[in-house]
Amino acid sequence: METYSFLRHLADSWFLLAMTLGFLALCVWAFRPGSRAMHQDVASSIFRNDDRPAADDPAQPRKEA
Amino acid sequence: MWDYLKLAGLGLVAVCAAIAANYAHDLAYQVNAITVMLAAGIAFLWVLRSAGDPRPNLQHEYFDDVIRAGAIATAFWGAVGFLVGVVIALQLAFPQLNFEFLQGYGNFGRLRPLHTSAVIFAFGGNALIMSSFYIVQRTSAARLFGGSLGWFVFWGWQLVIVLAATGYVLGASQGKEYAEPVWYVDILITVVWVAFLIAFMGTLFKRKEPHIYVANWFLLSMILTVAMLHLVNNAAIPVSIFGSAQVQLYSGVQDAMVQWWYGHNAVGFFLTAGFLGMMYYFVPKQAERPVFSYKLSIIHFWALIFLYIWAGPHHLHYTALPDWASTLGMVFSVILWMPSWGGMINGLMTLSGAWDKLRTDPIIRMMVVSIGFYGMSTFEGPMMSIKAVNSLSHYTDWTIGHVHSGALGWNGMITFGVLYYLVPRLWNREGLYSLKLVSWHFWLATIGIVLYASAMWVTGIMEGLMWREVDANGFLVNAFADTVAAKFPMYVVRAAGGGLFLTGALIMCWNLWMTVRAQPARVTQNSAVPAE
Repeated sequence: METYSFLRHLADSWFLLAMTLGFLALCVWAFRPGSRAMHQDVASSIFRNDDRPAADDPAQPRKEA
Repeated sequence: MWDYLKLAGLGLVAVCAAIAANYAHDLAYQVNAITVMLAAGIAFLWVLRSAGDPRPNLQHEYFDDVIRAGAIATAFWGAVGFLVGVVIALQLAFPQLNFEFLQGYGNFGRLRPLHTSAVIFAFGGNALIMSSFYIVQRTSAARLFGGSLGWFVFWGWQLVIVLAATGYVLGASQGKEYAEPVWYVDILITVVWVAFLIAFMGTLFKRKEPHIYVANWFLLSMILTVAMLHLVNNAAIPVSIFGSAQVQLYSGVQDAMVQWWYGHNAVGFFLTAGFLGMMYYFVPKQAERPVFSYKLSIIHFWALIFLYIWAGPHHLHYTALPDWASTLGMVFSVILWMPSWGGMINGLMTLSGAWDKLRTDPIIRMMVVSIGFYGMSTFEGPMMSIKAVNSLSHYTDWTIGHVHSGALGWNGMITFGVLYYLVPRLWNREGLYSLKLVSWHFWLATIGIVLYASAMWVTGIMEGLMWREVDANGFLVNAFADTVAAKFPMYVVRAAGGGLFLTGALIMCWNLWMTVRAQPARVTQNSAVPAE
């Protein structure tokens, strides 16, 4: 089969299916159990480290802004 | 050693540019070559004077100098771009303003790409680079990667702007909308953009926060996608290495499709994803509360990524493009409405519980109106992509109105909000010089946009209806010149709206200038007492 027809058929069959499933999987993954605490932590991460980079010492406890 | 390599490289560039200027086939190329020669010469002197200086370790502080420069450049190019916009709006209303002595340089055809590139790539581009550098450092809790790479990105981008702008006026253009820069400017854009990517990714790699905040996803997708779009759409063969002319690699409908695949995704990723990155960082910061739903922001992100790239064909309805392709573009454009509004709701609802700030904080008001315009234009866009609507709206001023409600309302207003947020912090000042002036800016800009958009709706729909009007025998009723004459009042209103928007931006420049000049320094809060 010529390249164009091959790609054209691939695009609107298996590849379309794969991308749709991939997208749905990503959405489901966002709602996985246990994600809430992590998401809250990331969402509030913008309120840390406003003035200078974090210290290199990983043992330092995280300070709330 | 590194300094010597830099000096050798810059010297080589300056010599080659001088040779190129000497052999130039056209004026635009010659002026650009001289500009490059001067830029390389100045950079050479700069590196020479600081060569061998000790480099202090600055890893414990953020690289904010380049962001300050970015804020200045954003405000400056914004004012320039809006001014050119008002000029060409007046030229459309009053064609006498295409002065005879400026023919070939200062007429509408030459100034129009100058306006679009100035506002999108100079104003918007500097806003994006500035915000990216600010956001990625703060959310990674790490200094920008690459030493002075940030300065290369900043000055490289300014050089791109100057080369493109002088080139347009002197006639160098590859004739692709929003991708007018000619082949050697395209190469420079690629180099600067890759440096931008390295600085951004490098900072993410050395981040000290466990997770990558969602604003960075949007910004990174902007950088990566724009790189891909730029490379594919600008594939061309120069006619001569000493001239600004080139021949496109694609032709006919393929070229048109590649161009609008580029064009629409420049809107989708440069003007939407990138500015959404700004929204997801600065709106929560200004509202002092985390984003409404982090999960929704993830879905917003992936939905945009999966959908946007297919929407381009809606620019080519009823052309030589195959029907299936334009239907595909239409369908994906309509689907895009949902994630766009999801993002809008996410931005607006970030204020839930803090709506009173709308009364007291004109910066929040600016950001909220910008999100509102994001919602309006992401509804209008899908609607206009429907073939039946497009048959009326296409080639009319309705399209221009749509673009400006997005560009002035969404991109402009959020950038103004970000500048008002950043300048007092970057220069360590105790608040803005005047909140009253922010309110003046807000109302001037909002009224300006409303005048602009409504004038373009009226004139667009009117001319669309006039073009298709036929008499009982099937003959067209109106000549093209009839529509031009009928549009005059709306063109005047449009120019007035643009004038108000420009006035607001000039007030902002004054306000920011006075913030830096006249406001007292902020008392540092970095005392020894740990904040609880």
